[in-house]
Amino acid sequence: MLRVFWAAFALLILCLLSLGVGVIDLTADAKAWQVLVISRVPRTIAVLITGAGLAICGAIMQMLVRNRFVEPMTSGTGQGAALGILLVTLFAPQASIFVKMVLASATALGSSLGFLAIVRRLPPTQPLLVPLVGIIYGGIIGAGVTYVAFQADLLQYIDVWMNGEFSGVLQGRYELLWVAAIVAAASYFAADQFAIVGMGRVASVNLGLNYGQVVLIGLVAISVVTALTVVTVGMIPFVGLVVPNIISRLYGENLRTTLPVTAFTGAAFVLASDILGRLLRYPYEIPVGTVFGIIGTGVFLWLLYVPRRHVP
Amino acid sequence: MIKVSHVTHRIGGATILSDVSVELAAGGVTALIGPNGAGKSTLLSLIARLIPLQSGSITVDDLTIGACPSDVLARKLAILPQSADAAPRLTVRDLVSFGRYPYHKGRGTEEDAQIVAQTLHRFGLNDLAGRQLDTLSGGQRQRAQVAMIHAQSTDYVLLDEPLNNLDIAASRSLMRMLRALGRTVVIVLHDINYASSYADQIVAMKDGRIHAVGTPADVVTEDLLADVFGTRATVHQIDGRPLVQV
Repeated sequence: MLRVFWAAFALLILCLLSLGVGVIDLTADAKAWQVLVISRVPRTIAVLITGAGLAICGAIMQMLVRNRFVEPMTSGTGQGAALGILLVTLFAPQASIFVKMVLASATALGSSLGFLAIVRRLPPTQPLLVPLVGIIYGGIIGAGVTYVAFQADLLQYIDVWMNGEFSGVLQGRYELLWVAAIVAAASYFAADQFAIVGMGRVASVNLGLNYGQVVLIGLVAISVVTALTVVTVGMIPFVGLVVPNIISRLYGENLRTTLPVTAFTGAAFVLASDILGRLLRYPYEIPVGTVFGIIGTGVFLWLLYVPRRHVP
Repeated sequence: MIKVSHVTHRIGGATILSDVSVELAAGGVTALIGPNGAGKSTLLSLIARLIPLQSGSITVDDLTIGACPSDVLARKLAILPQSADAAPRLTVRDLVSFGRYPYHKGRGTEEDAQIVAQTLHRFGLNDLAGRQLDTLSGGQRQRAQVAMIHAQSTDYVLLDEPLNNLDIAASRSLMRMLRALGRTVVIVLHDINYASSYADQIVAMKDGRIHAVGTPADVVTEDLLADVFGTRATVHQIDGRPLVQV
């Protein structure tokens, strides 16, 4: 209980910091309230939802694929979403944001299914092939997107989605993320099912679970959250990889108990990275993905080399 | 009783099972033996609805495989997954609790919690309950998985070569645990001596057909070893059980 309190306290401090850090000095500006409502609060909320959502997606995907080294942003789902946005931009530039969102989710789901189909054919004795294939698969889709964007003179446009960061988040331009938050939160209702799927197909069928259906539900949830994140803030790699691995090492993989911790840790880590990214080269910004990549990798390596303790 | 009628199964062009009909009696331990590629695992997987039936029919008591909903069957019949190569990071208690999933589909009741506690106690897992599976030895992990099957409270328990990678102590202890379950156990075994020592009924298979069905004394003979496995070995009788000199 005490731990929960301190964790909540730390997150609150981070949120206050995030509201306070920026180019405009809130104490000296008469329009401070507007700055808060239009920019700082939306940005902080966007960071929290993104961090939590991507961490949850990573945890679920690792269960569905039965491999701890995959995450949506590096194994095709994120790139699939970018492909969807590119297609809308090319063929229906006037389409509403809702159409964009649906199409990006659909292409993200399609490329996730493709990844799963490839992974199923890999020898189970070579678990490291899975993330490698994922990176190559995602890389190919990403390269395709970049090539088409280059041909269509849309490179600058596409860059916004390929490299995620939060400086563009303003009131009225991030609200889609609430849908991602709802989908991510709803996935908690299937936490048991995802954990059972993580034990393998035989174990799932033995317990009477509709294996294919649960995998599909999981992929849809992952694709929607990933696509909405790419549409609003862009691709942010590693969150879905590092955070679930840290949590799984510390608390195991019974998602019913670990998913909330995973979501919380993802939110806190990404928020801390975003604040750091805003401060390091003040008044310029370093993209959150870069900062997170460095911190997250450090924490991850440290955890790998620390002897595991038994969960009490 | 598990009743297999006229089951034929093909994978690609190869016939894995051809017109197999066999009745596996309720109660006791039935061992499926036979050389590699005889179709034992395929037959077991068909009974456990892990692969869809192509032709013929299989019934488990009054439930028909293929027609009966998977979650209903999960309360009648359990299959022990082969000891996972990558064990999930679940505690022993989590794993055993999942054995109750077919009954509560999520939220366990007081009764489920009681069954889990009794199971942990019965299998001597109280001390290991909070440990994660990937920190256990192969034998301990196997014991935890059998405990999960026990918590699933099914009349039938199927196992596919569970003795792989277990040493003699763990193997013997697993076979005793299975006998003590008091359920109908159908088990694919490679080691005929384990089958002979622990099974009530042995089904010998060869080339996708049933070759012999009977008690260990009836089935495990020098002739059968020559016919089914293609090897000449001496069979001794010890305490009324045949034992193959290997």
